[in-house]
Amino acid sequence: MTASRAAKSVLALSQQEELVDLPEDCPLNVSEDEEDSDGERKHQKLLETISSLDGKNRHKVAERSEASLKVSEFNVSAEGSGEKLVLADLLEPVKTSSSLSLATVKKQLNRVKSKKTVELPLHKEEIERIHREVAFNKTSQVLSKWDPIVLKNRQAKQLVFPLEKEQSAFAPIEHVLSGWTARTPLEQEVFNLLHKNKQPVTDPLLTPMEKASLKAMSLEEAKMRRAELQRARALQSYYEARARREKKIKSKRYHKIVKKEKAKRALKAFEQLRKVNPAAALEELKKIEKARMMERMSLKHQNSGKWAKSKAIMAKYDLEARQAMQEQLAKNKELTQKLQVASESEEEERGAEETEELLVPDVVNEVQMNPDGPNPWMLRSCTRDIKEAEAHEDPEELPDPVAHEVSESEGDERPVAEEEILLKEVEERRSLRRRSELSQDAEPVGSQETKDSSSQEVLSELRALSQKFKKNHQSRKPKASSVSTGHQVQREEPALEEEEPLLLQRSKRVQTVEELEELEKEECSQNQEFLRPGLKGQQLERNPNNLPNAPKEKKKKEQMIDLQNLLSTKSPSVKSLAVPTTLEEMDDEEERDQKQMIKEAFAGDDVIRDFLKEKRESMEASKPKDVDLTLPGWGEWGGMGLKPSTKKRRRFLIKAPEGPPRKDKNLPNVIINEKRNIHAAAHQVQVLPYPFTHHSQFERTIQTPIGSTWNTQRAFQKLTTPKVVTKPGHIIKPIKPEDVGYRSSSRSDLSVMQRNPKRLSASHKKQLKKNSVD
Amino acid sequence: MKVKMLSRNPDTYVRETKLDLQKVPRNYDPTLHPFEVPREYVRALNATKLERVFAKPFLASLDGHRDGVNCLAKHPKSLATVLSGACDGEVKIWNLSQRKCIRTIQAHEGFVRGICTRFCGTSFFTVGDDKTVKQWKMDGPGYGEEEEPLHTILGKTVYTGIDHHWKEPLFATCGQQVDIWDEQKTNPICSMTWGFDSISSVKFNPIETFLLGSCASDRNIVLYDMRQATPLKKVILDMRTNTICWNPMEAFIFTAANEDYNLYTFDMRALDTPVMVHMDHVSAVLDVDYSPTGKEFVSASFDKSIRIFPVARSQSREVYHTKRMQHVICVKWTSDNKYIMCGSDEMNIRLWKANASEKLGVLTSREKAAKDYNQKLKEKFQHYPHIKRISRHRHLPKSIYSQIQEQRIMKEARRRKEVNRLKHSKPGSVSIVSKKKKHIVAVVK
Repeated sequence: MTASRAAKSVLALSQQEELVDLPEDCPLNVSEDEEDSDGERKHQKLLETISSLDGKNRHKVAERSEASLKVSEFNVSAEGSGEKLVLADLLEPVKTSSSLSLATVKKQLNRVKSKKTVELPLHKEEIERIHREVAFNKTSQVLSKWDPIVLKNRQAKQLVFPLEKEQSAFAPIEHVLSGWTARTPLEQEVFNLLHKNKQPVTDPLLTPMEKASLKAMSLEEAKMRRAELQRARALQSYYEARARREKKIKSKRYHKIVKKEKAKRALKAFEQLRKVNPAAALEELKKIEKARMMERMSLKHQNSGKWAKSKAIMAKYDLEARQAMQEQLAKNKELTQKLQVASESEEEERGAEETEELLVPDVVNEVQMNPDGPNPWMLRSCTRDIKEAEAHEDPEELPDPVAHEVSESEGDERPVAEEEILLKEVEERRSLRRRSELSQDAEPVGSQETKDSSSQEVLSELRALSQKFKKNHQSRKPKASSVSTGHQVQREEPALEEEEPLLLQRSKRVQTVEELEELEKEECSQNQEFLRPGLKGQQLERNPNNLPNAPKEKKKKEQMIDLQNLLSTKSPSVKSLAVPTTLEEMDDEEERDQKQMIKEAFAGDDVIRDFLKEKRESMEASKPKDVDLTLPGWGEWGGMGLKPSTKKRRRFLIKAPEGPPRKDKNLPNVIINEKRNIHAAAHQVQVLPYPFTHHSQFERTIQTPIGSTWNTQRAFQKLTTPKVVTKPGHIIKPIKPEDVGYRSSSRSDLSVMQRNPKRLSASHKKQLKKNSVD
Repeated sequence: MKVKMLSRNPDTYVRETKLDLQKVPRNYDPTLHPFEVPREYVRALNATKLERVFAKPFLASLDGHRDGVNCLAKHPKSLATVLSGACDGEVKIWNLSQRKCIRTIQAHEGFVRGICTRFCGTSFFTVGDDKTVKQWKMDGPGYGEEEEPLHTILGKTVYTGIDHHWKEPLFATCGQQVDIWDEQKTNPICSMTWGFDSISSVKFNPIETFLLGSCASDRNIVLYDMRQATPLKKVILDMRTNTICWNPMEAFIFTAANEDYNLYTFDMRALDTPVMVHMDHVSAVLDVDYSPTGKEFVSASFDKSIRIFPVARSQSREVYHTKRMQHVICVKWTSDNKYIMCGSDEMNIRLWKANASEKLGVLTSREKAAKDYNQKLKEKFQHYPHIKRISRHRHLPKSIYSQIQEQRIMKEARRRKEVNRLKHSKPGSVSIVSKKKKHIVAVVK
């Protein structure tokens, strides 16, 4: 057996040899020598194998016996094993080559070193974990879109289920029409009409006409129009807002100014119109005339209305009321004034222009003119007109004389008559002054005035204002000294001048204390209208000096209930005679220590006094109160300032019985609440329930009744709406994104699954890895 | 001489028709109606008492199964139809309005482990101990036809639960792993595992329908994303979770019924702390189902009772039990929010009112107004001790009652021990764990 096996192995070996040696024989010039050597080697091998059959050195390392320069790549001979390899030997070839190449080699080496090796792929479990984490983050993001809805539903006062509204299905008209034909004559008629007008009966929803109109307007045009409309709307809203804002302004003065400005503008416009388009101007004039007529007809500004009458009564005492009345009259005057001037001017344009040279102001003119007029009524009205116009010009100048008049006359004349008299006087005075001014100033402005009465009015107003200003300046100084002399002097002066200097003078006088006192007395006796904040402040300053005693006394009282005193009081229950004195002393010491500690701890706030005060208050509150049953005016005179007599009061006073002694009477450091009722407590809430943060909130909710006994039907229904309403017999389905206005995900879960997106981008993975490491 | 007479306009007091209510002039002056708080308090007290008087929740018992009822399913389109699977492999379809069994199928050999209806209501699926998934038609076979499933899938392992997708022809089974099946294919299109253990139940999220939740017997709850075919997160609790149920109105909320007598409501985005721990049962909780309004849920327990919990409260608002009801294995809240069904060990399915004292049938508007008013009064005065006591009072069977007492003592003892440990250890060495977190062992990413 063994022999045959050996033979086999030999055969196999020889074959192997051939195979192995084939590469060695690769060089093409195969010489016979080599063939010979081959044969020799084979022979050698054969010998070896045979020798190895005896089982001794079976594993003999193949070794080369012949020396050869060529080293086989299959067998490394260990012939030179005795020599040591030195690094220098290895580097020799490098040295021989140029230094430049050495540098390049180094560089290459470095480059190789700097390049990192490719990372090992992650562990499978790790990868799965990353997958899961990514998926979880994604899904939680998806889910968090439900947060607001969930919150809303949780807080909702009422939820009605099922959530989805049943939509009443709208069938398109053509569907309805298709299965329907006109039968009655009326229907047929209607249909005929429809057909005649080419109304669409079936699918297309627009008539040909509509389509044509749609085509007619291009997109750009439409856009432009829309933009225009938008602008117009914006402008409108802006103006509206502005008007609203202006309307809100309460200042009368502002409105007056605005009105005047408007009048001026209207006038200007009218002038322009007259120049440009006389016909239109005439038309305008007619309108004005008509308005005037209407005004004359009406009783609108005649001082005869309810308001005017009330004002007339007030006018005696109130400056403003007087002014208001006069304003109204002036308005009437203004509105009813005839615009003859314009017509005059026209005439003048036609004819004589000499009138322009007459530099006499209107007022004078008119007054002079009027006597010529035949109508005494007209005469009267004319004069009044002028007066009122003047009054309108500067109403502030009037009040004082009025007051004067009123105080002097004091008759039971009707207020209107008074007014007239008054106005006449003013008028006289004014006209006098006017004349003098005219003579002084001789302003050219007057000469250039147009005949238009209203424009003149404006100008004259300006003038008057400037005069007023001047006058004020002039009069201020002398007044300061003169006012103190008495009322007589003041009366002669215009009201405005009186007012301001008075104030000025007062503020000056205040500087000395005695005077102030006097002044205060005076003011008390007179009227306190002019008491100004500054004065008050001074008064207040002075007060503490005057009354220093009261607070001091209080302080003393406070000191009487002092901490020391309180601490020294001992509870009576603690003391007992049986306790030996030494112990007591000990106690005393301890107590003192403790008190000292307490005192130190609560150095800032007086706890004990607070406590005592609290206790006293609670005692007071719990004491039964006396009942007073006296009826004022019963059996004696009653009324303001009268009090029932003490005798009566004593008789009808029911004294409350002394209650049982308080439980904490002998416990100085305790307050026992005696109000608590055990029987009621069983029905009372002991702990503040959860959503409430303060007991007052809870009490309020309890105190508001919800029943229909206390509420109207509507309120009752609102108060008792149930939290969840379900329809009987309806299936309530889980909430859907469509129910709450979300778009439902268009992709179905199945399709997504089939695409199987179980892949992650490399960057994603890296990021996740980082996260997981963190 | 002028004679003054009383004259009234008949419009103010004459009814238009005989059926109208009499007009009653009212004066709302508060001085005429004093003592509003005490009067309302008395009304609330009476309302509470009446509620307890009228609290008769039990409606019907459906009997016919010959073994314990193991699973229940609602019909998605019909309120009156209910399906039930028993431990002997029988499936019955019931009509609730007639309270009768319409159809009986011998579906499996051994337990019917799970049953679910298709979203359209035309067919249903069952899984059983015989390693098969069967699809059945909802309508019975015609005359002379054999009762046969539409499809039968023979699996390699036992399936312990099944649930159908809410919109698409997909369903999920669980057993050794969670498989997702296309209805048309006999192989699962996707199967997901995380660790090796038997999964007892799997549920699709009704709102975000690609989400699944499952619970396994190695105490964990695993969430899956079907679209990405990967599990998402795992939370390990103290004890095994029997089943979970998703809130149908809040996409990320689900409740787990646990063996440790508690139910845990989780926000699935933050699994490390349950939103609420609901504890009132005295034995393992076997099943849970949400009301369709998402405001409450019902749980079935091994302690022979079912309880109704408001989602935001840890105490139950109601407990139902009868003498004959044994361990309740499955429970469902009907989709009109009115009734609760439970299947129990002693072969019966019981029908309860969800609101114990509710009057059934159509209410007149005045009845409705009175009901609403009483409800509001009860709510308003709920913190008052008398009212609270009456409204909370329930009669319990002796076994449950004594167990509650026992557990109270145990809980107190545990608490005391904990406090003592904390007191007698170096400050900082014993950490205080909140009650909610105590039952969470770990969250695995």
